[in-house]
Amino acid sequence: MLNATSGRWLTDVLRAHEEQIVAAWVEKVSATLRGRLTTAELDRQVRELLATLSKLGAEVDEVDLSAPTAAELRGVLADLSRARARSGFSSTETAVSVFALKDAVLAVIDLNDGDAVRDYLGFSRLTDQMGLFTFETYAAAREELITDQAHQLLELSTPVVKLWEGVLAVPLVGTLDSARAQVVMEKLLQALVDTGSAYAIIDITGVPAVDTQVAQHVLKTVVAARLMGAECVISGIRPQIAQTIVALGIEFGDISTKASLADALVLAMRASGSDVVRRTAKDS
Amino acid sequence: MERIPVLKLKDLLLVSIQVDLEDQSAIQLQEDLAERIVDTGAHGVIIDITALEIVDSFIGRMLSSIASISKVLDARTVVVGMRPAVAITLVELGLSLPGVRTALDVERGIELLTGMGDEEGAAT
Repeated sequence: MLNATSGRWLTDVLRAHEEQIVAAWVEKVSATLRGRLTTAELDRQVRELLATLSKLGAEVDEVDLSAPTAAELRGVLADLSRARARSGFSSTETAVSVFALKDAVLAVIDLNDGDAVRDYLGFSRLTDQMGLFTFETYAAAREELITDQAHQLLELSTPVVKLWEGVLAVPLVGTLDSARAQVVMEKLLQALVDTGSAYAIIDITGVPAVDTQVAQHVLKTVVAARLMGAECVISGIRPQIAQTIVALGIEFGDISTKASLADALVLAMRASGSDVVRRTAKDS
Repeated sequence: MERIPVLKLKDLLLVSIQVDLEDQSAIQLQEDLAERIVDTGAHGVIIDITALEIVDSFIGRMLSSIASISKVLDARTVVVGMRPAVAITLVELGLSLPGVRTALDVERGIELLTGMGDEEGAAT
């Protein structure tokens, strides 16, 4: 990208005009970021970047972003774009932080000097490379963020609660896909063993839509629980869901279904030997 | 080949499987159990599989056929202590062990068998 003379030239330019370049860069970047990062923060970022660049230009003969010698520069860029990705900036806003360097440097060089223009073109290509690298790191950081969140969501959204001695409930909230259904099944079965509960209520009030696949997952869970010696009741079936289930021809067989969690709890308590009795006036 | 012990407990037979079953031991168990039911006149069989980490389709079928055999000999079978992972595997294999009653542990299995005399056939 940059040969030895261009590298030295870059270092000289960056060192000689540091304040000017920093000011131009900060102005341009803060305009696109619209005040979401403080000028002091931006100032610190650009100085770090410039320092790494000029150190590289002075020490290395062949400046190439993919070379092992540029590891420090890659590190600085990666930190920058990761920080941007984590705080929710768009890809353009991230890439601009690198490309703004071009304009900032262009403003301080003499375009009538042929050598300077040649060196500047080399620098420009290096900047392009840096921009692409930033973009890649940005995308990777975002992917990571999404995977993390999906994982957290999976953990958060499947609580198994104990409603009564020997009665567990799983309130399902949100769409039930295969991965979640698997987690729900494993958690429920493990909870049955841990608490020694013989009844489980699967409440689907929070499931927006029930198709054949969701029904399949629920049925599998019920059958697995039966194999372990526990009985499941499905509750929270909304009117539209009931219609869909019938329209799709889903058969729940001999599995009890109840409209509300309360009904399911009463059923499970009765089956396990407890009864709910309303106190009359003379009892109290 | 390991021979699985069959213990008599009042009018129940208790089989606790502690090792991973080989096909041969499973067949042997099936024969032993049939003989013991006739000898003791037991009315219930409890098969404890708490220690089993792997139940394949063969063992699954064997459990079903033990249940059927005992039923012919007027004894009811309860499989107890199946692990969650085993249950999930069986469901994925499409085996729901028809005709086999299940309970969470031996205690509940005994409760199920002793308290079930009057509501016979209702649970299948």
